[in-house]
Amino acid sequence: MTTAGSVLAPTRAGAGAAGTTTAARPGQGFQHGGWFVAPFLALFSLFVIWPLLRGVYLSLTDANITGTGERFIGLDNYREALDDPLMWDALGHSAYFTLLVVPCIAVLAFLLAMLAHHIERGQWLWRLCFFVPFLLPSTVAGNLWQWLFNPGTGMVNHVFGLDTPWLTDASYAMLALVIETLWWTVGFSFLLYLAALQSIPAHLYEAAKLDGAGAWQRTIHITLPMLRTITGLVIALQILASLQVFDQAVVMMDFGPGPENSTRTFVQYTLEEGFTSYRVGYASAISIIFFVIIAAVALARMWLLRNRTEEAGR
Amino acid sequence: MTTAVPVKSRRPWTPGQIVLTVLGAAVSAVFLAPLAWGLFTSLKSETEAVAVPTHWLPERWTVQAWKALLATGNITDWFVNSLVVSVCVTSVVLLVSALAGYGFARTEFRGKAVLMGLVMSGLMVSPAVLGVPLFTTVQQLGMVDTYWGMILPQCAPAAMVYILYKFFQGVPRELEEAAFIDGAGRWRVFFTIVVPLSRPSLAAVGIFTFIASWNNFLWPYMVTNNPDLMTMPNGIATVMNSYGIQWAQLMAGGLMAGLPLIVVFVFFQRQIVAGVAHTGLAGQ
Repeated sequence: MTTAGSVLAPTRAGAGAAGTTTAARPGQGFQHGGWFVAPFLALFSLFVIWPLLRGVYLSLTDANITGTGERFIGLDNYREALDDPLMWDALGHSAYFTLLVVPCIAVLAFLLAMLAHHIERGQWLWRLCFFVPFLLPSTVAGNLWQWLFNPGTGMVNHVFGLDTPWLTDASYAMLALVIETLWWTVGFSFLLYLAALQSIPAHLYEAAKLDGAGAWQRTIHITLPMLRTITGLVIALQILASLQVFDQAVVMMDFGPGPENSTRTFVQYTLEEGFTSYRVGYASAISIIFFVIIAAVALARMWLLRNRTEEAGR
Repeated sequence: MTTAVPVKSRRPWTPGQIVLTVLGAAVSAVFLAPLAWGLFTSLKSETEAVAVPTHWLPERWTVQAWKALLATGNITDWFVNSLVVSVCVTSVVLLVSALAGYGFARTEFRGKAVLMGLVMSGLMVSPAVLGVPLFTTVQQLGMVDTYWGMILPQCAPAAMVYILYKFFQGVPRELEEAAFIDGAGRWRVFFTIVVPLSRPSLAAVGIFTFIASWNNFLWPYMVTNNPDLMTMPNGIATVMNSYGIQWAQLMAGGLMAGLPLIVVFVFFQRQIVAGVAHTGLAGQ
């Protein structure tokens, strides 16, 4: 909590001391606090917790889409899922996509933010240019790139003098998806980095300058360390978002699984099982498996983060 | 490559700045090129749009695609649907997540820690992760193919609660204490002191919720089949594609779907960046 944005962070000591007085106020406790969180919790229970529990229940049945006459079949769905090559393929595609996209986004967003931060003129213009793709709906961005990657009539091959069958050849389809995603989503991480850069106190740089540090040294010794937390956040958000990739993949592949099923993602497979094959029980089982994977990733991050703060605290 | 930078310079151009600006312009050109091509395509005739080899500028400029798009009628419905859904989602999210963020940050009640843990676990659940069970839930509630079904499931974003919770923790307690001593209640303090103080954070949360909701594809795609109820991104992706792709029209439709947010961003970008910095998202 003691990095760039700490201007806003609470002063721990003061907060703790004042906290006890507030908590001790009679009549200001449970009721009021409870009512503050109640509206959110109502929506949250109905549309997050309940579906999660219902998913667990459905995953143990052979429910179809109409939700009638489901039979309890125990762990059969899970057993089937673990032996299902299509599920593993889909999981592999989502994981591969994540591995490709996340490092690229982090590096690219950082470079763009450094660029926009250091150009003195026309700040708003650079912000707009780098962020504008993120403002497009995923389907629009997907259609646009489907069109750009079109082998005959598309601009990509035309500009680079290529003859690549981007969307119809299994060896290029994933790459096309990654390129589209970089262009479309890097703006969000760019904005996070830019805000973080702007909140690094100027006096740090001035002090370093007085000590004779050049621009390169200032970047290595001040900027990068100060950006460590935001980098962690960008990577975490991006991993969770990339594992859940769906929109651009289906749009660019005309709602199909891509050439030789090479871009069918995990979310897509879940929805196909649920809504196309009407196997709600099975779809719920693989959704739960997916939830467990996402939770494991998130917990691993928290665990790593805790270890690091403990180290820093020593 | 020209640099369209407004020249209200106070400081002289240094060689370093010139290099950086040229670099910035080049990168911007790469970012804008796909959009420019989409725009030019929308101004070609359908036959020219699919001509091989392709070319940037239309030989014959025409607004035929835009006219045809508006004439089909659906697009105005989709626009209104998008607007209704996004405005409702943003209003509800701002209200419930500000209240919840404050409740968790500054009030005490039984079971707070457990509930907070539960909300944090919600960070991992989204329509992408649990789409099928969420759909059957909404189906049970009789909300398939309704505005309610599109709006309400988007209104429980744990992430926004967490962001505001973090922010409210940083609001100086002394301000609230003073108001309590003057006899103000919790609600009064919240609405007259805390909310005005948090305007930049609330603006950031609101804007990002609006962007996410306007651009949301997956959930409306699952919950609506009726073309009259579709939102802009869905209508364009699912209905227009199913006629066989007419590229000029598709590009025009895409630009129409994207334009409102681009306009919003142009006007509010300073607040957005300030808001991101202010929520503590960027620096914690």
